[in-house]
Amino acid sequence: MADVVTAAADAPAAPTAQRRGPTAGRRWSRYRVEVRVLGVLRWVVIVGLMLFTLFPFYYMVLLSVRDLSALLQDPARLWPALSEFTVSTYREVLTSTGSGGQGFLRFIANSGLIALGTVAVTLAFAISGAYAIARLRFPGRRNISVLFLAVYLFPSILLAVPLFVFFTRIGLRGSLAALVLVYVSQTVAVAIYMLRNYFQTVPASIEEAAAVDGAGRFTILRRITLPLAMPAILSNALFVFMIAWNEFLFALLFLVEDRSRWTVSLGLSQLAGSIEIPTTVLMAGSVILTLPIVVLFFATERLLTGGLTAGAEKG
Amino acid sequence: MISPTVVIVVVLVVLPILWTVVLAFQDLRLIRLRTAGLLGDYTLDNFVQVFSSSGFWSALVTTLVYSVCGTAAAIGLGLVAALALRGGFRGRTFVRASLLLPYVAPIVAATFVWGVMLNPQFGIVNEVGTRLLGWDEPIAFLSQRPTALITVIVFEMWRSFPFAFLFLTARLQAAPATLEEAAKVDGATPTQVFRHILLPQLMPTIAVLALLRFIWTFNNFDDIFLLTGGGAGTQVISVRVFDYLVSRGDIGAASAQALVLSTVLLVLVTVYYRFAAKDEVA
Repeated sequence: MADVVTAAADAPAAPTAQRRGPTAGRRWSRYRVEVRVLGVLRWVVIVGLMLFTLFPFYYMVLLSVRDLSALLQDPARLWPALSEFTVSTYREVLTSTGSGGQGFLRFIANSGLIALGTVAVTLAFAISGAYAIARLRFPGRRNISVLFLAVYLFPSILLAVPLFVFFTRIGLRGSLAALVLVYVSQTVAVAIYMLRNYFQTVPASIEEAAAVDGAGRFTILRRITLPLAMPAILSNALFVFMIAWNEFLFALLFLVEDRSRWTVSLGLSQLAGSIEIPTTVLMAGSVILTLPIVVLFFATERLLTGGLTAGAEKG
Repeated sequence: MISPTVVIVVVLVVLPILWTVVLAFQDLRLIRLRTAGLLGDYTLDNFVQVFSSSGFWSALVTTLVYSVCGTAAAIGLGLVAALALRGGFRGRTFVRASLLLPYVAPIVAATFVWGVMLNPQFGIVNEVGTRLLGWDEPIAFLSQRPTALITVIVFEMWRSFPFAFLFLTARLQAAPATLEEAAKVDGATPTQVFRHILLPQLMPTIAVLALLRFIWTFNNFDDIFLLTGGGAGTQVISVRVFDYLVSRGDIGAASAQALVLSTVLLVLVTVYYRFAAKDEVA
């Protein structure tokens, strides 16, 4: 601040000195220094952040293709030597327990089944629900949105106790269907919230035009509104899929007793404590767990982040 | 059309919450679950037990430290990232997508790889530390105080900063360029522009982020359970609830603690809403 004031006071008195001499240098010095420093700092920050975020993922892949004994001898090696490069870790983690592996194929099937089931059921509920909130008038319409948002913010550990007790009591704990139901209850609220915002941007006049032409409400929904809302529905489906695929707490509470029902997340977390299974084999398991999410994410990044922030700007 | 959704949310979310309240006032053990009556026999024992145990209070303090530090660190780093990636450069889309990875990656895989990285025997961090940075001996990051708590906070920062980064980037894109240009013409330096022009515009977003991140970090179970299992001074309340439910089979005490957790959260959020961000949130 002081700099600016002196410079301004000097300026009318010595207009010629300003252009050539040290005054000009001093006047802009803080500005120049900051621009320089920040210009460099910016790249340092970007590189640092990239290392910080990506290194764990790189390390995951690296360890999954290294030989265990070589790893123990030389833990700091940042790329695998050709002589030790191996994919036998993947073979071991995928083959069934009967043939000496860890049975991750089975876990993948479970996770996939649960995640796809959750997506299908959530979307069925969410599309009809969101459409109703966006278009139909009924008593309590506003309160319902609030209820759904509250669900989103509620601690899942609070729900864990009663759901655990309930499903134990009726003897359904341990079934994949029960878990799907729990996931649906966790995701349907957000899904409705996101879809509702999108449905509201679809002009009602298009639907009215179709109604004039004699289309019923379900025909309109199926042939007009759904195709228009496809981007939002797709990003929603991905979002729900990722939540269900990554979920850990309820899978642990519900499925832990029977190994043949474990999800990939649960399997990895349960086997991680074991000393008999080499770390490199479990790393292959982590890669298998992470890869579908990373691929899905990069394939649809625009869609997903767009959807996330579009929901945010209103709230 | 909405009724099926309402039914499922009520049955699987609202009723369980109410039921937690009931359970918290009952003396119910997991072993007797199939025979015990589900209503009746109310008692305050669970709350007496919870409030009189020192473990509960230290877990509450740990939860608060973890959520405040984790939230601040995640938003701080998110802000730095959003500012650094503001100007265009080749490959920015890729960099931006990469920075979001920790947030979408499966939590179990992320905690597992961190655990191995920090492993005292062959983890790369300790290897680099002892070889290149001159540490005397490997540090057991996840099993000693106070490094365990610091480590889980750093992990929380790594995992959640993308969320803050995403929202702040969206807000920065909406900031009008004319204001900054005017300030520049008046001789404002970049830090002055940030302090007086950008930061005031970002404040509402930061307030909402602080609220959301605080709620989620406060309730967080997965990260700490998977990283330390709640050991070495990192036991937060949600992990304690899980221990009571599964290891001890004490449903009543577990419910009571879950209930206290939610009440504390509700009070904190209300206070925040009232005083800190009355105009900015909502």
